[in-house]
Amino acid sequence: MNISFDDLHKAFESRIRLGIMSVLAVNDSLDFTSLKEFLDVTDGNLATHIKKLEKEGFIGVEKSFIDNKPNTKYSMTSKGKKAFDHHLKALEQIIKSQKES
Amino acid sequence: MKEKRDYIQDIAEIRSMMEKSSKFASLSGWAGILAGIYAFSGAYAAYSLFDFNPNQLFYTSPNLPAITLLAAGVLVLALVTAIYLSWRKAHKRNETIWNTTSKRLLVHMAIPLFTGGALILLLTAHGLIGLAAPLTLLFYGLALINAGQFTIPEVNFMGCIQIILGLISVWFIEYSLLFWVTGFGAVHIIYGIYMHFRYER
Repeated sequence: MNISFDDLHKAFESRIRLGIMSVLAVNDSLDFTSLKEFLDVTDGNLATHIKKLEKEGFIGVEKSFIDNKPNTKYSMTSKGKKAFDHHLKALEQIIKSQKES
Repeated sequence: MKEKRDYIQDIAEIRSMMEKSSKFASLSGWAGILAGIYAFSGAYAAYSLFDFNPNQLFYTSPNLPAITLLAAGVLVLALVTAIYLSWRKAHKRNETIWNTTSKRLLVHMAIPLFTGGALILLLTAHGLIGLAAPLTLLFYGLALINAGQFTIPEVNFMGCIQIILGLISVWFIEYSLLFWVTGFGAVHIIYGIYMHFRYER
């Protein structure tokens, strides 16, 4: 086997974080509520995972106000996109090599 | 180390999240079928009750206000049906109807539709009533293609058919009502039946 499991990024071990990245990969930016709806998770759970991805520098946060209510938009950074693409490639490679062996 | 199944599941999850967050999938086949039936009834009523059958670009009819009302009625009925059935379908799948994907779909449909609607009203004011039916087909087709990328691929295909029908009917203006019924009636019904069997059973 020539690919290493190190190629899989630790940040994407959680299904929810993987889900957040997948959703942001196909949407320019999304607010908290939309993310929550797509992923079907609780507020606290989502906030924790977002914070972790933010720390990694994989997602960017833009805070603003709409009708005096706070509105936070999340989007994927270029660093995040690179890491996510790399992770996807590694996943595909692992599946392929496991099929062959 | 994780098992192999886990990774396949990861990929499946990524794919489904991307689908779910970029495409609105709650369009109902029944909405298409019913819209088609409304279109047939509306066109039949316009033709037989109000004697409406434009045979040239400049066309006058004494029943124009009634026909405009009839057309608006058919449109509203079709919209209400589509919204209600989509809401029901989304509800069954435990999704909300008013989300990022549906908003995007609506905005992309609304721009060509409002442009077309305004143009038709302006042309009607100048007496170019014959163009009304072909232009509804054309702009509806453009709206479907514009919005098609945010929903199932069949919508794109239906848009192409409406545009082709619209263009042909400008040439054969004396048959424009027939082309209109084909596009809004027959195509909708065929599309609805196809959708129903492909996605809803």
